[in-house]
Amino acid sequence: MNDTAPLIQLHNVDKFFGDFQALKNIDLEVRKGERIVVCGPSGSGKSTMIRCINRLEEHTDGRIIIDGTELTDKIKDIDAVRREVGMVFQSFNLFPHMTIVKNLMIAQQLVRKTPKTEAREVAMRYLERVKIPEQAGKYPIQLSGGQQQRVAIARALCMQPEIMLFDEPTSALDPEMINEVLDVMIDLAKDGMTMIVVTHEMGFARSVADRIIFMDEGEIVEEAEPQTFFDSPVHERTKLFLSQILNH
Amino acid sequence: MSFDFSLIIDSLPKMLGGIGITLQLLVVSAVLGLILAIILLLMRLSGKWWLDWPAQVYIYVFRGTPILVQIFIVYYGFPQFEFIRDSIFWPILREPTGCAIVALSLNTGAYVSEILRGGVKGVNKGLLEAGSALGMSTHQKFIYITAPIATRLALPAYSNDVISLLKSTALASTITIADMTGIARTIVAETYAPYEIFISMAIIYMVFTWIIQKTFGRIERYLGRYAEREA
Repeated sequence: MNDTAPLIQLHNVDKFFGDFQALKNIDLEVRKGERIVVCGPSGSGKSTMIRCINRLEEHTDGRIIIDGTELTDKIKDIDAVRREVGMVFQSFNLFPHMTIVKNLMIAQQLVRKTPKTEAREVAMRYLERVKIPEQAGKYPIQLSGGQQQRVAIARALCMQPEIMLFDEPTSALDPEMINEVLDVMIDLAKDGMTMIVVTHEMGFARSVADRIIFMDEGEIVEEAEPQTFFDSPVHERTKLFLSQILNH
Repeated sequence: MSFDFSLIIDSLPKMLGGIGITLQLLVVSAVLGLILAIILLLMRLSGKWWLDWPAQVYIYVFRGTPILVQIFIVYYGFPQFEFIRDSIFWPILREPTGCAIVALSLNTGAYVSEILRGGVKGVNKGLLEAGSALGMSTHQKFIYITAPIATRLALPAYSNDVISLLKSTALASTITIADMTGIARTIVAETYAPYEIFISMAIIYMVFTWIIQKTFGRIERYLGRYAEREA
């Protein structure tokens, strides 16, 4: 595989839901170790775009290539991509009927065929990394939202992904729990993880992102480094969005 | 009207003699019906019209006709056909008990498959997306995520169906089977004391219903342990 090729490539990607066009001609390249923040008003296609990257949504047109594997209808290719891409959801989506440690073990055992004892060791290592090893034996509902989201991050990391996608990871959290989740994400960024984060946390975007992408009505409107993005945005739509979310 | 308690005391042991048959009808039909229900459910979830369609027609027919009629068709109707008399099922369909079990199983299977489908539909889609994102296959997601959660969701409605099946077993008495109801009817025919006999019989059914209810309550609490905030 070519080392200089971007890890994630989207070329002219379109996505339709019936007649509604959710993504319009999306072009995006992400290199290994890059941290991308995607923002934009609701319904702008941010989530749809990252959900196309691990094929939770099927793109209608264009090409998506992840680490040299192009996403097609082939189950083999989809599986290959999903092995490299971890995802964290807005609503955590922990398996409610499994204990925390089992949540972290199940995919390792089923997908990677990791033996049980080793899967447990890996699970505990990542629970320690997100600082809640003492919750291993509990069920998700017994944890706070912030703790559940940290477990969800650990669950994705157990699969040793190359890329992590975050779909509004803090939007469902009470304000006092947002920082504990962002801290885990900042920690992950420091370790060089390739990340695409859909978020409205502009503080996080400013301090962590290499690039910020602003989307509106299914299009990438503006793409810039944080400094430029916040201090001198080019497009009117970006200016309007920033004025709406930054001026309280 | 006088109420003859000594008659109840005398006839209770006789009616209890039919418990074995009643339980046999209930348990065997419930197990076979559940297996049938799971097959029908998988047909409906297959996404293939040539599996989905027959399952839908089957469910429609068996939910759309009275269970008593179904029992009569199996018992009086099937032996009319030469190929059934020649088939390997004849030893079963020759016996009234076999006919009752076949009819009850076919009937409850249709209802239970819809109950299970409700449970499957109730599973949060986000959990399946999380499974996909972790690389789990369709089968793995069904076995490890959908099935356990759907089971818990379907359980209250399923226990309702088992109780309903218990009452349906009483219809077996119409095709000469000496279950509890069959025996009660014989006693009534001999003693002309319908109140005493039928009321005591009703109480026996209620005791069974109570046992079924309690058992399912325990299973529900066990399966739902993860849904409680306190460990």
